[in-house]
Amino acid sequence: MADDEEIILSELDDEELVLQMHDDLYDGMKDEIEEGVNILIERGWTPYDVLTKALVSGMTIVGNDFRDGILFVPEVLLAANAMKAGMTILKPLLVETGAPRMGKMVIGTVKGDIHDIGKNLVAMMMEGAGFEVVDLGINNPVEKYLEALETEKPDILGMSALLTTTMPYMKVVIDTMKEKGVRDDYIVLVGGAPLNEEFGRAIGADAYCRDAAVAVETAKVQVARRHNRPNA
Amino acid sequence: MGLDDRRLSDEGLAPEGRGRIRLIACGALAHEILALKRANGWDHLDLQCLPAKLHLRPEKIVEAVEAAVRAAEGPVFVVYADCGTGGALERTCRDLGVEMVEGPHCYSFFEGNAAFAARADEEFTAFYLTDFLVRQFEAFVWRPMGLDRHPELRDMYFGHYTKLVYQAQTEDPALDAKAEDCARRLGLAYERRFTGYGDLAPRLAALGR
Repeated sequence: MADDEEIILSELDDEELVLQMHDDLYDGMKDEIEEGVNILIERGWTPYDVLTKALVSGMTIVGNDFRDGILFVPEVLLAANAMKAGMTILKPLLVETGAPRMGKMVIGTVKGDIHDIGKNLVAMMMEGAGFEVVDLGINNPVEKYLEALETEKPDILGMSALLTTTMPYMKVVIDTMKEKGVRDDYIVLVGGAPLNEEFGRAIGADAYCRDAAVAVETAKVQVARRHNRPNA
Repeated sequence: MGLDDRRLSDEGLAPEGRGRIRLIACGALAHEILALKRANGWDHLDLQCLPAKLHLRPEKIVEAVEAAVRAAEGPVFVVYADCGTGGALERTCRDLGVEMVEGPHCYSFFEGNAAFAARADEEFTAFYLTDFLVRQFEAFVWRPMGLDRHPELRDMYFGHYTKLVYQAQTEDPALDAKAEDCARRLGLAYERRFTGYGDLAPRLAALGR
């Protein structure tokens, strides 16, 4: 049967290969993604084009289907692992060849919370969109956020929480930024399963981001708006 | 009559239609609430359970509880904690004029909300299971997380956890052994902690007859 025939990636033309990579990403096929990335690079594609046209657009399909309840967390994680494998190949090449720089983000899960799946997805998609990301990991007290803001001088601070009990800590961070007089120096984006827009507004964040795709789009809009400010 | 955990997970439990106060509860709490009813002779409480599997998509809990409250006649008490709704369930209950159990989730009120909060700083790397969740480990943890199909994902989910705490509502060596096996499968240290019904018992007792 034709369906059982093995697909030889190197025999596909560019357009077919990119579409096949979208399918492979959707199915979490890490080895195939690595192979596809290497083939496109060998064919003379720029690392930036491979990243955006093969990986990011494929992962966007995954994200949309997760949002719409077609895919679930395990499938998204497998896809993310596959994309990460592709990005590992591309990252050093992107440094060499250059790629549009959208801005810089410091991101971390708040104090008392060890959940990082969503945060890691956001970090990866932000990198895919051209943001430099400094990932503080999990269980971050306010001091660690402030230190990172001081040393990294990002455009954006991203905070994540999965628990109803830990999400109020985001307000502690934002209030401390206000006390120090630095709140308006940064775009503050928040996310996590129990959050919503109302909570984001109530704690003084610039935006609540429902998922990684929304985080990327929100970051782009906010950074552009900020750069358009006379004193930015 | 024995309770079928699978039915409690997927369908819930219909009220008997006897008892002045309707309890609208999570299916994961059915065994415990019925045990308390039997032990205390609380015939004025009529238990209705919503499917426990709503916990796999907490955003669906609020609308399901709201629909059940609106459909019920007479006084209602909601036997859910916040359960990952980010305060939305509490707001909805307030708007509907009904009370609910205090606390962030059942792990907290089984242990006692005050005691659970006091441990938070030292125990935020613990993964909790109750009697129900030990019995339903495959349906609520293993399969929904895809670990049956993709065991390599385990450390992405549990890499930052250090131990599994089995909060035992009952003395049951078989559940203890199963919980310990759950810990082994997740790659976590194991601790059994007998909690009984914690804050649930006094909260239901406070409903009066």
